[in-house]
Amino acid sequence: MEKLKTDILELLKEDARRSPDLIATMLDVPEAEVTQAIQELEKDHVIVKYATVVNWSKVSDEKVTALIEVQITPERGRGFEGIAERIYLYPEVKSVYLMSGAYDLLVEVEGKTLKDVASFVSNKLSPIDAVLSTKTFFILKKYKQDGIIFEDYEDDQRLLISP
Amino acid sequence: MIKDEELQTSKATRRASMSDYLSPRARAIPPSGIRRFFDLVSASKDVITLGVGEPDFVTPWHVREACVYSLETGKTQYTSNSGTPELREAIGQYMNDRFHVEYDPAKEILVTVGGSEAIDLALRALISPGDEVLVPEPCYISYSPITALGGGVPVGIETFAKDQFKLTAESLKASITPKSKLLILCYPSNPTGAIMTYEDWLPIAKIVEENDLIVISDEIYAELSYSGNHVSFASLPGMKDRTIVVSGFSKAFAMTGWRMGYACGHPDLINAMLKIHQYTVMCAPVMGQVAALEALTNGMDEMKRMVESYNQRRRLVVKGFTEIGLECHEPQGAFYAFPSIKSTGLSSETFAERLLMEAKVAAVPGNVFGKGGEGYLRCSYATSVSQLTEALDKIGNFVHKIKMS
Repeated sequence: MEKLKTDILELLKEDARRSPDLIATMLDVPEAEVTQAIQELEKDHVIVKYATVVNWSKVSDEKVTALIEVQITPERGRGFEGIAERIYLYPEVKSVYLMSGAYDLLVEVEGKTLKDVASFVSNKLSPIDAVLSTKTFFILKKYKQDGIIFEDYEDDQRLLISP
Repeated sequence: MIKDEELQTSKATRRASMSDYLSPRARAIPPSGIRRFFDLVSASKDVITLGVGEPDFVTPWHVREACVYSLETGKTQYTSNSGTPELREAIGQYMNDRFHVEYDPAKEILVTVGGSEAIDLALRALISPGDEVLVPEPCYISYSPITALGGGVPVGIETFAKDQFKLTAESLKASITPKSKLLILCYPSNPTGAIMTYEDWLPIAKIVEENDLIVISDEIYAELSYSGNHVSFASLPGMKDRTIVVSGFSKAFAMTGWRMGYACGHPDLINAMLKIHQYTVMCAPVMGQVAALEALTNGMDEMKRMVESYNQRRRLVVKGFTEIGLECHEPQGAFYAFPSIKSTGLSSETFAERLLMEAKVAAVPGNVFGKGGEGYLRCSYATSVSQLTEALDKIGNFVHKIKMS
């Protein structure tokens, strides 16, 4: 079952729209087993969500994204959890990671304009007591995200027919 | 076969056209049946193609990067005629690890420009005019023309869907004459996807022994075996010395354009091939050899992932054809399905042409692969799942339309 689940996850990671029927054929297992495995993965929050990877730079209302290195003072008893939660609950925050190294949290913030993001940092993030310092880096271009290359430079270049 | 007197070109009369200068043997080779179809497909637009005989993966980046680095560091010279010692060493190790045949990298392994060159060399080294070369068909398109070019006589042995396109002892036996010298095997098979198991091979090996045949075993699709490990013909009892194994990096490691292949066999045979090789191409390109070494050294996991991905698509395609109502034996190797289109009443050529024109799907008509190919269609499933699904839908509608009319 564990092997089956891993195989299913890999197929869904490539394309979340694949049906249990298609997956069952590709893995040579009964469809009912696939359906059950997917239900369990969803219930256990292994599959958290079926989302779409979007290349926003091709959409007219462009977005601005920044990665922010945040240094914080951990709280007694709760460590980083409480502060992390205070930060990730903001809808502007797309991701938060606890990091090893020179800073503690890596926060990805998305806004409509540069000003939006700047104001989030100065009005929301920096004023949090535990936050000692922030360093903001704006993303200029996304080449690859979640294993998916945005510019399709490796189009099928094969001859249409070959022996 | 071409008679000797036909090989004499008359110097008495001036030749009327340039093609009159060509040797009779070159003239006698029929143009590849795939070529005509290729032109037809190339002229059409928005076609989904199942006609491609190569992986849909680009060569893994670490392999490409190894080649780029070697160029940067100035590795641009000739190598030893038989290939770099490191690569031959790695091939020897690989053949032993994967297929349990031991070859001495110093004398029994030759690195070639694709498996194709290895086939050419083997045939040139072994054929005398009039020798009969046994070729189970349907098969890859180059064996018979190259045999004929060397003055040999290709003898096709038809294989059948009812036998899953395996070579049977009876049909092999029936095709043998006192002139039989060589047997060319290609399993897993292009175009049928047939494989041969250890049990399937034993009676074949017995006949080879009894009739003192030499075997050229084209094992280019060896890694693409989906029900158990590939059994190399050379690994059968007593067969190593009689067999030249031809293989390469194209299919398993997604390296078609690199043209990297090799031959393994008895030192006397390999040495003769090496002689021809050093006069014709000197050595395989060094950058390709560097890349091939990287593929063997660090590329096995990625190779296995690619094979698993073909396997998933194989199941999808076989089920698809069965649902459409086209009988399809289960291909257990390579990346081709070979469904029968006999139920439509059309010939392979007509079916493929109309499928292209009316449904915008390209596949190769089975008849171009020789005896027993008529009535079948070669469909490569080395194409994305979404394209395969769409192609199957279109083929389904097309077949339905034909059967209704």
